[in-house]
Amino acid sequence: MQQVSAPLLEVEDLRVRLRTPRGPAEVVNGLSYTVGRGETVAVVGESGSGKSVSVLALLGLLPARVATVTGSARLDGEDLLTMSPERLREVRGPGVGMVFQDPMTSLNPVLTIGRQLVEGIRAHGEVSKAAARERAAGLLAEVGLPDPQRALDRYPHELSGGMRQRVVIAIALANNPSLLIADEATTALDVTVQAQILDLVAGLQSEHGTGVIWITHDLGVVAGIADRVLVMYGGRCVEDGTVDDVLERPAHPYTRGLLGALPDLASADDGELATVPGVPPAPTDLPPGCVFWPRCPVRSDPRCATEQPPLAVVGASGGGLPHRAATWCEEG
Amino acid sequence: MGVSVIVFGLVQLVPGDPIRLALGTRFDQETYDALLARSGLDQPLVTQYFGWAGRALTGDLGVSFRSGETVTSLIAERLPATLTLAFASILVALLIAVPLGTLSALRPRSVVDRVATVLSQIGISVPEFWMAIVLILVFAGTLGWLPSGGYVPLTEDPGGWAQRLLMPAVVTGVVSGSVITRFVRSSVLEALGADHVRTAQAKGLPARQVFTWHVLRNALLPLVTVTGVQLAYLLSGVVVVEIVFSWPGLGQLALQAVQARDYPVLQGAILLFAVVFLLINLVVDLLYTAIDPRIRR
Repeated sequence: MQQVSAPLLEVEDLRVRLRTPRGPAEVVNGLSYTVGRGETVAVVGESGSGKSVSVLALLGLLPARVATVTGSARLDGEDLLTMSPERLREVRGPGVGMVFQDPMTSLNPVLTIGRQLVEGIRAHGEVSKAAARERAAGLLAEVGLPDPQRALDRYPHELSGGMRQRVVIAIALANNPSLLIADEATTALDVTVQAQILDLVAGLQSEHGTGVIWITHDLGVVAGIADRVLVMYGGRCVEDGTVDDVLERPAHPYTRGLLGALPDLASADDGELATVPGVPPAPTDLPPGCVFWPRCPVRSDPRCATEQPPLAVVGASGGGLPHRAATWCEEG
Repeated sequence: MGVSVIVFGLVQLVPGDPIRLALGTRFDQETYDALLARSGLDQPLVTQYFGWAGRALTGDLGVSFRSGETVTSLIAERLPATLTLAFASILVALLIAVPLGTLSALRPRSVVDRVATVLSQIGISVPEFWMAIVLILVFAGTLGWLPSGGYVPLTEDPGGWAQRLLMPAVVTGVVSGSVITRFVRSSVLEALGADHVRTAQAKGLPARQVFTWHVLRNALLPLVTVTGVQLAYLLSGVVVVEIVFSWPGLGQLALQAVQARDYPVLQGAILLFAVVFLLINLVVDLLYTAIDPRIRR
């Protein structure tokens, strides 16, 4: 995939620090990446690696009292992190649509589905109630909700988890966003529903040229939908590249560990699953060197204990996109 | 039914002989026996209970030992004053609690929040009679702006009605409002942290709309509950405030009945309080279903 024009989203040196009772937590530490039009970038990593926080920060959805966000995130050239609150409000919706993790809690329980869709549509343009309702029904049909007209008057508790997640997706798509951020959007769903939703997003993407950031820890999903992968650990990007590069020629010991922890149904070997021993570092107490060093099975270079290895190109890849990894460890 | 047994039983526990008290110094054995027979107090308790409960069902709560008027008419006489004060107080309480609690929740641990916390703690802990007396001293005494007490019906003199209502309503309203403020703060704080608020923000809704429809709307349920409890308390007569402001409400009536061992009046009043409590609970439950679709069906 050759990129001629400027990328849709350009994130540079994004840092998020949260004030916690146990001191400042460095949750995101210098994250840089781009998302092109029509491109899907998957962000993977363990819980607590800073995936969700890094995208919430883009839309200013972290509580200002506790979060300090620095760096830049340009959407179509306009920095999301420094724009006025009113401009940011205009961008939320038509600029960036967001699908949240938990369908059970991300809808307001006391308002009808129709209302929650309609208010999103009407917040971005002079649309009559009737027209917005018509559009809402159309969106619900698009996300594959049966009997959309009736669904408009139902409350979230009257729908199953899968149906609610479709509603959340419909809300995110309501204003044809140029960028869609899906934060563990299918994690709570069973695999058949998940497949339908992945298809749906792929369809919308080819139709509208939407850029997608897909946060997940499901590497199966990554292989299925992503153009590029960004592996996060301890609030940093430890490896990125095309899906093939990262999944088939992982360069960072952490990525290798993550891939090794996947169960392989095809292999006859019924041995135990490989795990990455230990737990991710607490963001209040990051190690001085490589964030993965305390758990790293390789530790080939003495610098790892004291210095953070920079993200460096590790190999040639198809399409001219670099495959980068933050490691000094030689190809194993 | 259960309530009526308890009401009846509790009143019987009050020590003292009502007839002896009613006769006072004019005591002689013959009148005493005659009155005792007429009042039915010589009957066994069980007979007394069923007699009373049976009549109560038909709306006849008996006759006051002291004044000879029917209990129903005594209560009916006091009811408007009590209703007026209760609803005025709840209005004052909500006018204090909703803005103050909301501001606190929007800026937790800020100066506003701390001041609101201290004020509501003071409101809860300062005795009503003290607050009432201070208000009377300042506004009726020193400034002379308001009458120190009493009650006139709205229909007779609207200005006088409002003037006399203001101070008692503020005293009880401040107390209830202090309690409700704490509830508003915690329920708004909880609603603010809900995931669906983030969804609403991510839709690009204006902040005011997010707040009204996704925060306040969801904080309403606990507010309705606590307001119901406070209203029930206010309707069952706020004795101290009624006495200090000479407010002719049900609390005063009940107190006088206790002092005179006027069993029929006391039983009638307490039964009414119990019924009011049940009614308010019913209304609160009905409101729940209107507010929260998850409770319907």
